[in-house]
Amino acid sequence: MSLPTRVLYVDLTKKVFHVEDRRDLFENYIGGVGVASKLLLEECPKGADPLGPENPIIFAIGPLTGLFPLASKTVAMFKSPLTGNLGESHAGGRSAVSIRMAGYGAIVIKGASEHPVYLSIYNDKVYFRDALALWGVRSSFTIGRVLRELEPYPGFRTIMRIGRAGENLVRYASVITETYRHFGRLGLGAVFGSKKLKAVVISGSSTIKVNDMKRYREVYDNIYNLSVKSPIMKKYHDLGTPANVNPLNLMKALPTMNLSQAYFEKAEEISGEALAEKYLGRRVACGHCPTACIHIAALREPYEDEPYFYKTTMISYDYELIYSLGSMLGIGTPEGLLKLIDEVEIQGLDAISTGVVLAWATEMLQRGLISEKETNNLKLQWGDYSTYIKAVRFIVNQPNDFYKALARGVEYASSIYGGKDFALAFGSNEMAGYHTGPLFYGTLLTGARHSHLDSAGYSFDEKNVKSHLTPTPEDGASMILNEEIWRQILTSLVICLFARGIYDEKIVKDALSIVGLNMDGATLKQKGLEILRMKYEFKLREGFDPKNLRIPKRITETETPLGKIDEEYLKSLINNYFSKLQLTSLPP
Amino acid sequence: MLMISRLAVVDANRCVGCQLCMFACNRRFGMGGLARSSIQVRSVGGIEHGFTVVVCRACPDPPCAKVCPTDALRIRRGGGVILDQSKCIGCGLCVKACPFGAVFWDYESNKPEICVHCGYCANYCPHGVLKMEVLSA
Repeated sequence: MSLPTRVLYVDLTKKVFHVEDRRDLFENYIGGVGVASKLLLEECPKGADPLGPENPIIFAIGPLTGLFPLASKTVAMFKSPLTGNLGESHAGGRSAVSIRMAGYGAIVIKGASEHPVYLSIYNDKVYFRDALALWGVRSSFTIGRVLRELEPYPGFRTIMRIGRAGENLVRYASVITETYRHFGRLGLGAVFGSKKLKAVVISGSSTIKVNDMKRYREVYDNIYNLSVKSPIMKKYHDLGTPANVNPLNLMKALPTMNLSQAYFEKAEEISGEALAEKYLGRRVACGHCPTACIHIAALREPYEDEPYFYKTTMISYDYELIYSLGSMLGIGTPEGLLKLIDEVEIQGLDAISTGVVLAWATEMLQRGLISEKETNNLKLQWGDYSTYIKAVRFIVNQPNDFYKALARGVEYASSIYGGKDFALAFGSNEMAGYHTGPLFYGTLLTGARHSHLDSAGYSFDEKNVKSHLTPTPEDGASMILNEEIWRQILTSLVICLFARGIYDEKIVKDALSIVGLNMDGATLKQKGLEILRMKYEFKLREGFDPKNLRIPKRITETETPLGKIDEEYLKSLINNYFSKLQLTSLPP
Repeated sequence: MLMISRLAVVDANRCVGCQLCMFACNRRFGMGGLARSSIQVRSVGGIEHGFTVVVCRACPDPPCAKVCPTDALRIRRGGGVILDQSKCIGCGLCVKACPFGAVFWDYESNKPEICVHCGYCANYCPHGVLKMEVLSA
């Protein structure tokens, strides 16, 4: 059958599972974000503790997974322990193809185990395996290595795992898949940890029947040719996302040293070009994506205790990491940056949140708002990567109240220690790296998960920089709302958002027709709007109120390429966004 | 005169692990998904170490054919084998005989899946890992 309609329900408390055919979900909400949002409303009770057994983990793939190139992502949804509200994170690797080949459209994991376990899912079988010995292991890399050996079917599986950050419930702990991809944002790793769930291995092998094989091959070839021959994916293939470092810096939009400035003097040294030239060791791809945007640096270092004794560490780098763990912390040496990235991977933290939290802590110390008593004798200062590596370990081990606060995110930490004006979180989620103009911040404020990927306002800002035009708040709200609506479709299919230039309305319609979903452009947009409203239904139920959105003063102080951010403009944009979205249950 | 060619793994170091070849193999035989692939890409002990591409190398004197008790594997011109479904009893000896692990198994039909060297997958390898090699004309 062409549509993935089976949903696997796993209960970690009772150690039981069952499968339901939920054709209703996939026919109505397509897959991915659409289906997962509906499942979240069904499975997550109102007011659930994000770290309680009642919080569900929902993985969903879409109707194009396993059939078309660039449909390479899995959506995870849950109640976020970082924001206390809607949690949504996407990852690639082999996760999406493996879930589909195991025979599922979605997987729901509820309950909590008393002792550490990991799940092995092989087609129709689910095994609850003991993970007591894996709990507390220092490096997430080791967990990957052990599970690769323990579990069968290499090449047909995904190995999702948490590091010690997840075990210790750091609210922005990540789930790592295939070593270099992550469900990074909003703390899925802590939800795993709260359930004593160390890892999930999913594998399977199956075929997908397609009614019109000839037409399927035609649509496939069209997408394939666009993905390898047109310039759309070239940037991601060549330098990868770090291609953005130099242009954003030259535009003066690269947040630097906690956004005290938007230009980093040493950006060139940690740019995509510099890293590719001196360190790039390998490029790899997610399952069913020819682009290979994953760039892995080979860092060769001598051991100091013995001559001619070296180690080579393979470290994946991306734009957001270069921003959050590089410019944001004033780190301008590639080696220092790579070592810090490696430590964040070892511990299993979200890189963006970690960098933003540490940048705030550094400024707090500089301003004398905290002392070295709070930082546990660490003298945090811009560029000092070895001290930041120690700080990352403290965030995970939480030796005192200050690090316990840091482990809950910058919104929480600044509510205790002050420094809110330069605590760079929106809807309690730490910001991504684009000080491009008002629409980027519009996205962070209005986006359902307060992520730059919700509606990519930075992309509109960049166009506006070129045309020297800033839209009215009303037009700006329309732009980001329409983009967010369309992205609900793309993330329900589920395709990688890097491929949004390929999957236009026509291609989406063609691809969906192959799996028997015939939707015209108007229907697609209506579905996108419905899905977005469903997400907001959850948010409002869990206490979201747009009136409470905080705008950190810092973003209005540092000039963007479009001038200084006007707080009133943003407030008007927020109002326009919500009046256009027409939510029935919005608080007065 | 008939061109005889075989599928060659030219440079596995260029492989990015996208598995488009595996999907192509299924599509060639009328399916989406992966279960019917006669070619497999997997990491060499973790993605950081790169990938290995496992596929029939078209042995001139293939051991899989030698161990087949029913002569279901006929030696192909240019090397490799052609499976005669009607003769195959699904014993799996061919799987054990191949030192490369390039005889895969289709659990739906309970018969081996072996590359026929059609070259369809090479059309979907954008990174120069796979190529059709002409052996003789």
